[in-house]
Amino acid sequence: MEIVRREKAPDDFRVRQLRARDMLRGDLEGEELEQYVQERVLTTTLDKAVSWARGNSMFPLSFGLACCAIEWMSHIGSRMDIARFGFEAARASPRQADVIILSGRISIKMAPVIRRIYDQMLEPKFSIAMGACSSSMGVFNNYAIVPADKFMPVDVHVPGCPPRPEGLVHGILKLRSKVLEDPTLGWRDRYNAVGTEELVTDPGEHPSAVNVFPFGDTSGA
Amino acid sequence: MSTEVSEYRKREESVDLSALNQPVEGTEQELLTLNMGPHHPATHGVLRLLVTLEGEVVRDLKPIIGYVHTGIEKTAEDKSYWKVIPVVERMDYLAYYFNAMAFCGAVETLLGVEVPKRAQYLRVIHLELNRILSHLVWLGTTALDLGAISMFWYCFREREKILDLFEYSSGQRMHTRYFQVGGVFEDIPRGWEAKCRDFLDDMPNRVDQYGDLLNRNEIVLRRLRGVCPLDEETLLALGVTGPLLRACGNPWDLRKAAPYSSYDDFEFRIPVGTEGDNYDRYAVRLAEMRESVEIARQALDGLPEGPYIVDDRKIALPPRHELATSMEALIHHFKLVTEGFRVPPGEVYYPIEGPRGELACFVRSDGSSKPARVHMRDPSFVNLQAFAPMVRDAYIADLIATLGMLDPLLGGIDR
Amino acid sequence: MPDATGLELLARELRETDPDSVSDTEFFREKAALHVPPKAIRAVLEFLRGKGFRALMSVHGLDYYPEEPRLGVQYELLDMTEVDRITVKLRVPSDDPHVDSVTPTWPTADHQEREVYDMFGVIFEGHPDLRRILMPEDYEGFPQRRDFPVGGEPVLFTKDAAHGEDYTA
Repeated sequence: MEIVRREKAPDDFRVRQLRARDMLRGDLEGEELEQYVQERVLTTTLDKAVSWARGNSMFPLSFGLACCAIEWMSHIGSRMDIARFGFEAARASPRQADVIILSGRISIKMAPVIRRIYDQMLEPKFSIAMGACSSSMGVFNNYAIVPADKFMPVDVHVPGCPPRPEGLVHGILKLRSKVLEDPTLGWRDRYNAVGTEELVTDPGEHPSAVNVFPFGDTSGA
Repeated sequence: MSTEVSEYRKREESVDLSALNQPVEGTEQELLTLNMGPHHPATHGVLRLLVTLEGEVVRDLKPIIGYVHTGIEKTAEDKSYWKVIPVVERMDYLAYYFNAMAFCGAVETLLGVEVPKRAQYLRVIHLELNRILSHLVWLGTTALDLGAISMFWYCFREREKILDLFEYSSGQRMHTRYFQVGGVFEDIPRGWEAKCRDFLDDMPNRVDQYGDLLNRNEIVLRRLRGVCPLDEETLLALGVTGPLLRACGNPWDLRKAAPYSSYDDFEFRIPVGTEGDNYDRYAVRLAEMRESVEIARQALDGLPEGPYIVDDRKIALPPRHELATSMEALIHHFKLVTEGFRVPPGEVYYPIEGPRGELACFVRSDGSSKPARVHMRDPSFVNLQAFAPMVRDAYIADLIATLGMLDPLLGGIDR
Repeated sequence: MPDATGLELLARELRETDPDSVSDTEFFREKAALHVPPKAIRAVLEFLRGKGFRALMSVHGLDYYPEEPRLGVQYELLDMTEVDRITVKLRVPSDDPHVDSVTPTWPTADHQEREVYDMFGVIFEGHPDLRRILMPEDYEGFPQRRDFPVGGEPVLFTKDAAHGEDYTA
């Protein structure tokens, strides 16, 4: 077993050491104590617990495009049984779903529709591009198809045409392990994939609409 | 207590509701256009329906398709003939062997080659297994739409067995490229026949179980019996074939009418309905599964010895063991893999009986090694035109049930 | 299948009613076909319906680039009682791609003629609703013509992309 040492600047380490000593002594108070707790102890475990809950109970959007959808349906069947990973509650509405599985080829007519559906999903949301057609063009490299990366952020690409059940389960577990570590781990920033939720616009336009959360605030979602 | 109740009753009766019974002045009836969009749990793929409703009754329906248009026909013009097979297989993605069969049949007609008997029987076995597969997915998803959710798992359990058989014979579960021009890609391995027989012995039992679950279920009967029938004249005018036409009583089936690939060697019946309503469409497909088992069993029993692909080395790849010893085999292999075989110029239309109706492939060749035009006449594309007359003046719930019974396959509709 | 003589008899009968209605007959690989000029298509299909070919199975188009007339439309007819098939083929030039629509009398041609319009640009006169069916409504160009590029994305690791050449060339 290899011991991995993380590179940390020595003064950073010293600062942390001093603060840990202060906390143990009871010298940290008020705001500093809050900050310390927030950084170190409570939130890490809470974050981990939340991520564990999220990763083990993802609601896929029931979204099937083409042949890969048939293989996806086989997963829900009894041999592959993704219910053992917590994926059984496939929601029909994107507002209630966590992960969209692009199972099939994406034509240029369908791409804006998919983008709209992806926008309607609320954070944290993930996407799996299943099969060769949605990741790259697959078998069909022509005028009518567009790869998913062109218009929406994709977290996991699963190759295959269609992917074997074991292959897709591997992709799903990879997504799950990413969620368990940290969903904001940086690959989203590359796509500038934050803030993509579609919400009711400025309440001034629709005075009769009641928004439970203030406009623009998705922290509780 | 009783005085309070009677007080309440008095107050209740004193309310004057007559104002509510007056028609409101100046209202108009408006028809509502509802968009059952491409993403919908019940549309079997990305079908978009613009439904014009009066209350809950459907007055008009416009299907909008093209959301999974893949340009398969255009892509096929760019590839040599054997490379077209995987492209064309992905069109009607539940009936992949049928797509390949139609294309290979068309090219074989153009070339003028005769497929050996063993290859024809192997093709028939795989085609009938694929028909069962397609009907199982239809049954599972349609029962899911109707509310009989557990049928989904039973059907997919059977599907896994058939997919195992396909994986055993060709290496892939779906889109197997097993059918090649001139025959099949490889002979069936040892043990495949025994496994197939096990499955075929078991399957009629399972179909009986599905029937036990659904045939006399009150909800299924209420939702399907007498719902959305369409007469034979309209169906024929709309070009509908397959189980939809057979449910009306017309026993048109290309396997019997114009047999291809040795179908006339087998004895089987064509299930036919009487009224043409949704229940007949369901019952016809269920009975077809049984007949497919019969055909596959007869084909297995009578499987002749012989080559599994045509002998002409200018069309079919030589077997691998010959490549080590024979120079001609090496040259043929090289030419076939890089350039492909050339097909004499001509146009041909080759129809077969797919699980949804008449599936045909039109191939035009201009003498080169790539086809000049490949067009698949897909049954779902034509059957979809019958959807609007079927659901006129029916409820939305009936629309969902009828959409299931129509068995549209969007990959074939959009190509 | 009407055999070769049957086909010639049909053609002769058609020419008796209207000398221009059949320009050629073709009997290839046991399948019969009639070549007709575009203006005679409705009359020919009605005549064949009278002969028993009551089912129109397929309407499809093709592009004979670079020969003119370039765009072809083919009609596959089926006689269910005799189990006979016959094809009717016509060709229109690309600068005047107008054909009479057979949808009013053969309702099955509705979506299929829309597809031929969408993919090749053949305009069917008298079609109740001629719009694009497979491509988005505002798409420009007719994809399945032979001079329309196949298109596609330059995907990494293809030889042509590495040399800077267009992938689809």
